[in-house]
Amino acid sequence: MGRTLAEKVWDAHVVRHAEGEPDLLYIDLHLVHEVTRPQAFDGLRDSGRVVRRPDLTLATEDHNVPTQDIGLPIADPVSRAQVDALRANCAEFGVPLYSLGDVEQGIVHVVGPQLGLTQPGMTVVCGDSHTSTHGAFGALAFGIGTSEVEHVLATQTLPLKPFKTMAITVDGDLPPGVSAKDVTLAVIARIGTGGGQGYVLEYRGSAIRSLSMEGRMTLCNMSIEAGARAGMVAPDQTTFDYLEGRPHAPSGTDWDTAVAHWRTLPTDDDATFDAEVVIDASTLSPYVTWGTNPGQGLPLTGSVPSPDDARDEVERVAIERALEYMDLAPGTPLSEIPVDTVFVGSCTNGRIEDLRVVADVLRGRKVSPAVRVLIVPGSVRVRLQAQAEGLDTVFVEAGAEWREAGCSMCLAMNPDKLAPGERSASTSNRNFEGRQGPGGRTHLVSPAVAAATAVTGRLTAPADLSPVA
Amino acid sequence: MESFVVHTGTAVPLRRSNVDTDQIIPAEYLKRITRSGFEDGLFAAWRKDPDFVLNQPAYAGATVLVAGPDFGTGSSREHAVWALQNYGFKVVLSSRFADIFRGNSGKGGLLTAQVPQEVIEALWQAVETDPSVPVTVDLDRRVVSAGEVVSAFEVDDYVRWRLMEGLDDIGITMQRADQIGGFEASRPSYLPTTTAVT
Ligand code: SF4
Repeated sequence: MGRTLAEKVWDAHVVRHAEGEPDLLYIDLHLVHEVTRPQAFDGLRDSGRVVRRPDLTLATEDHNVPTQDIGLPIADPVSRAQVDALRANCAEFGVPLYSLGDVEQGIVHVVGPQLGLTQPGMTVVCGDSHTSTHGAFGALAFGIGTSEVEHVLATQTLPLKPFKTMAITVDGDLPPGVSAKDVTLAVIARIGTGGGQGYVLEYRGSAIRSLSMEGRMTLCNMSIEAGARAGMVAPDQTTFDYLEGRPHAPSGTDWDTAVAHWRTLPTDDDATFDAEVVIDASTLSPYVTWGTNPGQGLPLTGSVPSPDDARDEVERVAIERALEYMDLAPGTPLSEIPVDTVFVGSCTNGRIEDLRVVADVLRGRKVSPAVRVLIVPGSVRVRLQAQAEGLDTVFVEAGAEWREAGCSMCLAMNPDKLAPGERSASTSNRNFEGRQGPGGRTHLVSPAVAAATAVTGRLTAPADLSPVA
Repeated sequence: MESFVVHTGTAVPLRRSNVDTDQIIPAEYLKRITRSGFEDGLFAAWRKDPDFVLNQPAYAGATVLVAGPDFGTGSSREHAVWALQNYGFKVVLSSRFADIFRGNSGKGGLLTAQVPQEVIEALWQAVETDPSVPVTVDLDRRVVSAGEVVSAFEVDDYVRWRLMEGLDDIGITMQRADQIGGFEASRPSYLPTTTAVT
């Protein structure tokens, strides 16, 4: 019988298989950032072990780094201690590290792909749940816990039980103005934040094939928010075109060998999935979240739901609690919700393509004086590219802040935070209570909606902006 | 990991049931960047009470914790195991452990030995009567004894083997070094490394 993409990648990495035991899987790339628990390195040191393959390991600084005045020491002592610990551990164990100030620094899930380190058919892990991002290349990529990090550092392998597979098939043409972010918010609203539990999702169908690599990364990035272990997209010409010529991509005859192998990876026609969800692309429109988990999303044309709409008591309580935290009244049109802050960035939507979309909306317009707009590139390379294209000028002329690279306001671990009670439209991935700062309220949106919202000061799709004079 | 065959030490009676991992180590201690030093967070809320058993000088230096039923429930945090180990405990005895805690303990090298609640009661009595009574935990024979009290205990076979061999997960995988090396030798040459930029 045929095999799925995920199964093919799995099979090719089994170092040891024994009845009744987890498979021992080889890991091709291990990414590390400063929040990856330093205990993993302590564990190695305590048992006198070394990092088996520092040359398959790469560290960056992203979560705790400030996005302004990066020449100054990090002010928060806890943040500084984490960054210092990472630097010391990398130096001691010989792990390559891109520190603040380095041209390759940035969010770990932006840096890996842009260097060409993430390639089809690889296994990629990181002590971070959004490692699923790398699945956009047809890699099997997933987040791991502290003791697993130590295991991979010491052995470059992990004992793992197989995952189940789920096909998310999106066929048809995406309407204009509908992006990968809207697709993923619609998928999560449909299957719920636990709907993907135990599964590797494979995104398929003509709408997925038409997405750029950046769009596919957005989609796979958010797979974790549906509870899935990983998300994947089969490699195709779009993937190869993105990779060709990147610093760590194969070259010469290696390139041809690699591409020939990559072409064998897509799911066989006679393979079966353990579950399937089918979505008609033409029915999708810009999505936003109204609640406190990524599954609480609706088309922007909709209204805040009422607890009375709930299918059961559990959902009723969840809606009530979310509305209270978000300070929203049932029936309020989503497009009338005002925001204080717009955040464009994160490993979900902090890539060059996202910034281009935002610039296209902001060009010739001004952001609302009532709104603070932060535009934070996912990496230094993205920042430089945006500047080379003049996007920074567009942002600054519109009245937005153009920042240095990092996780920034995706999570409240650095100086970029919401104040209690503040409300944001954010291109990041989690609208949990307090995620962007204690008491802060988050609406997840696409880059296009973020930009239009910056202009009007309330949740807005670009199609509803008046034309530039 | 040190191998564990027979251990003798003094014991602490913890007359509480349903001790969850938030009690073992409160969340505020989890921000630490080291793996050691978690002993100060162990049962932090209870230790504010000067009468709490761990604060009694008679039980200083104990290495065996005799706990009530349903020990280690709640969120999965490896820090709970580290806190107990950093404090000096080698063994926890209870009539019932939460599965995840048990799994984490096995990985971390802390022995969770399960005995009937009557045995727990008898042990509590023995160590409360004489805190200096030596408690012996024989993992090879699966027997715990303290003075007059002698009982068999249950432990997962795999965990027992690992503890006796002194192998953690990583140690077990490292025994497959040849297979890993063989796999590495067959990896295609086009796969990237993080160091060499072509
Ligand atoms: S941008 Fe946000 S989700 Fe992505 S790695 Fe950073 S903190 Fe995590």
